[in-house]
Amino acid sequence: MTVAPRDPKPQRSAFWERVAPDKIDYRSLVLIPLLAVLTALIIGAVFIILTSGLGSVWPAYKALFTGAFVGWASISETMLAATPLILAGLSVAIGFKAGLFNIGAEGQMTIGGLTAVLVGFSVTGLPWIIHLPLAIIAGILGGMAWGFIPGLLRAKTGAHEVIVTIMLNFVAFRILDYVLKLPGIVKEGRFDPISKDVLDSARLPKILTWLPVENAERMRLHLGFFLALLVAWFVYWLLYKSTIGFEFRTVGSNPNAAKYGGIGVGATIILVMSIAGGLAGMAGANETLGVLGNGQPGFSAQKGFDAIALALLGRSHPLGVVVSAILFGALRVGGRAMQVQADVGVDLIIIIQALIIVFIAAPELVSSIWRVKGGEETGQLTRGWGT
Amino acid sequence: MLPASSIIQAVCVRLELRNVTKRFPGVVANDSVDLTVESGEILGLLGENGAGKTTLMNILYGLYSADEGEILVDGEVAGFEGPGDAIAAGIGMVHQHFMLVPVFDVTENVVLGVEPVGGPFASIDMDEARREVLDISSKYGLEVDPEAMVEDLPVGIQQRIEIIKVLFREAEIIVFDEPTSVLTPQEVEEFFGIVRSLKESGKGIIFITHKLGEMLEIADRISVLRRGKVVGSATPKDATKESLAEMMVGRPVDLVVDKEAAEPGEVVLSVQNLVVQDDRLHTVVNDVSFDVRAGEIVGVAGVQGNGQTELVEAITGLMLPIAGHIELGGQDVTLALPRELHELSVAHVPEDRQRDGLVLDFNLYENLVLDSYYSEPYSKGVRMDWPEARRHSKELIEQYDIRTPSPDISASSLSGGNQQKLIVAREFSRDVKLVIASQPTRGIDVGSIEYIHSRIVEERDEGAAILIVSSELDEVMALSDRILVMYRGKIVAEVAGEDATATQLGLFMAGAVS
Repeated sequence: MTVAPRDPKPQRSAFWERVAPDKIDYRSLVLIPLLAVLTALIIGAVFIILTSGLGSVWPAYKALFTGAFVGWASISETMLAATPLILAGLSVAIGFKAGLFNIGAEGQMTIGGLTAVLVGFSVTGLPWIIHLPLAIIAGILGGMAWGFIPGLLRAKTGAHEVIVTIMLNFVAFRILDYVLKLPGIVKEGRFDPISKDVLDSARLPKILTWLPVENAERMRLHLGFFLALLVAWFVYWLLYKSTIGFEFRTVGSNPNAAKYGGIGVGATIILVMSIAGGLAGMAGANETLGVLGNGQPGFSAQKGFDAIALALLGRSHPLGVVVSAILFGALRVGGRAMQVQADVGVDLIIIIQALIIVFIAAPELVSSIWRVKGGEETGQLTRGWGT
Repeated sequence: MLPASSIIQAVCVRLELRNVTKRFPGVVANDSVDLTVESGEILGLLGENGAGKTTLMNILYGLYSADEGEILVDGEVAGFEGPGDAIAAGIGMVHQHFMLVPVFDVTENVVLGVEPVGGPFASIDMDEARREVLDISSKYGLEVDPEAMVEDLPVGIQQRIEIIKVLFREAEIIVFDEPTSVLTPQEVEEFFGIVRSLKESGKGIIFITHKLGEMLEIADRISVLRRGKVVGSATPKDATKESLAEMMVGRPVDLVVDKEAAEPGEVVLSVQNLVVQDDRLHTVVNDVSFDVRAGEIVGVAGVQGNGQTELVEAITGLMLPIAGHIELGGQDVTLALPRELHELSVAHVPEDRQRDGLVLDFNLYENLVLDSYYSEPYSKGVRMDWPEARRHSKELIEQYDIRTPSPDISASSLSGGNQQKLIVAREFSRDVKLVIASQPTRGIDVGSIEYIHSRIVEERDEGAAILIVSSELDEVMALSDRILVMYRGKIVAEVAGEDATATQLGLFMAGAVS
């Protein structure tokens, strides 16, 4: 515990001051997540030994890494997989910051993806510069509506957002199934629930196809990734640099003090849930306007649930969410390579993800395994009078 | 190797702490503390909050283990693994917050965990238990009905049950942790009678408090703890409040609030026929009316839980009254929200600083703008200007003498007194017309109390109207120009500050006179 001199210079570096002004706690923000991932990989290795033998550990993890990060194609796929996770992760994270547990990112993604598709194929004759933003905004608004409902119920009636968002997930899945079968929406000539294709003017353009490497035309990474990074920066700004974010964080840390400070707690809850829904809705739009190009049942593919895990891993900080989302994306992409090259089942990835969450949820466990000194219980910094 | 003096003492020493040291990361909570309590003696343990009293008692009660040093009971080293061992060794503790089951009767509470059993099925022998409770209560003058339901009993009686509990477990050394904080002055007198009778029957007593007057009245010997160390001891004969306070704080302390006579101006706050109900729809503030004028301090005295909390919450917009009117400078603010009141220059120091007044994991400058963050100069539109807030916070930290290495640390790492000064800094650093301060100095050190009291008087002299609510009678009497006494939701008395006596106010507080 160093005592800062009474000088105008803050004790932290300017970089951290900018990135994480709410007192970056190196231990909980960086060290613990890192060790959690490492521990999970080690225990994952035990599973590989048990199922495939000792000899498979190195090839499996090598394939996991190269499959995710080595070569343009791998990087493209990892970033692509990370994109919806970033957006949905931000959705969960912003809820956490305001003390709300948004389990509904999956449902908000579903509705947002659907509304984006509807605008994507039904509005015609627009240039992409207008049509694409319009479709994305439609996705955001759809998700917002789906986040607004639990927010309103929580603020006005006290109905817990966990229950309401879980239930609304199911409602969203069924709405998707229903709407996809409606005439005028279902793809011509198809009897299974699948929507018409999104017009090219509303598709998220691919951004790596110009690369002078082999198979560049098959690189699927699209503009959505950079939009997601932009949104992450915006969420960061909102949380830490705006009055609105101050209200969110105050409500999240101490609702009584928020009320005392004149903050409308109910209105804040509604706004937070709506924004969270909008972020998840954008994640859904990213899927339907990106790789898929249409709406189909279950397109959200559990990403809204993965988002909960990675928001925890990223300690609900936008930067942490981006890093965790890329890690989760890498695990998914690298896991495919691992299955092909080392014949280790892709289920291992799910085990590793689950273990990461266990260790994140139990930081004391990780710090005792790795003998990291406790950071939280440091006692008082200042004492009584007469010092 | 014992010095001669301890050999003589060793005959009757009951409990001895030797060289006890306990460290927490970054803090030495107890620094080689030596204490002895003999049977038939009352040892007063005096110290400010954070001086290490509670840690020491937790070590004694087996909740913490000491890093160094030892506990001796009747000359033998005792190693306590938990409270069970301490109880077995004859140590009993009456906690500041009672540990009773409200829906059990007195006897059930007393025997809980050590029920006397009998009969073929080892069922609880309640008749036997009742007899024992009556036995103890008549022996020590602890009058109580063994069949009364605990939730129906006043706190003074509940405290007796706690004492009976300890005696039922055959404690020889009894620790009282801040036992008088919930009692009226009359109850305190009765309580002291009980403590003296315990002493006469040969019990050793450790009496923890931060109230100097009580210490001088009840203790046989006084040990003073400061920053984990025993810094001195005294006997009530040769000590004064001033000398004890100086020992406790480490410098001379001004115990009397310096203030001139009030010069009340026009009415600032006017409360008329106010009725407030709590969550369970019980009427907790019942037809209350009073005025507070500019330039005067009005104190509300009363035992906690007589509607003061709700009265303050209704005035400050945290709770809606169901009837009556509140006016601020002639303007109706009965239904005003906290922010509207803030903008009408009302400062509110809330009763529970950690629950309402601070966001503990926010840093100091975030806490200092908690109710003004939305306006210039701390924000422009929705953009926060954190550098400005931080710069401003440094001024306040300097001006209000908040002891902190920097404004970047979280409010949770400040001591209670500094947390309270942080709130006072935030609330008083504006142009203030009305100050509402609830328990403004609860649980904080003497130095901070002195400072906060002087700030309150300063605000008054600058023309603010001040309403103080406190369950510490000394505080109300020291500060107030006019005192209102609340009992069961009503104002039962109004007394001029200079005429008030503790006895008279105590009778009003107990509802004995109306």
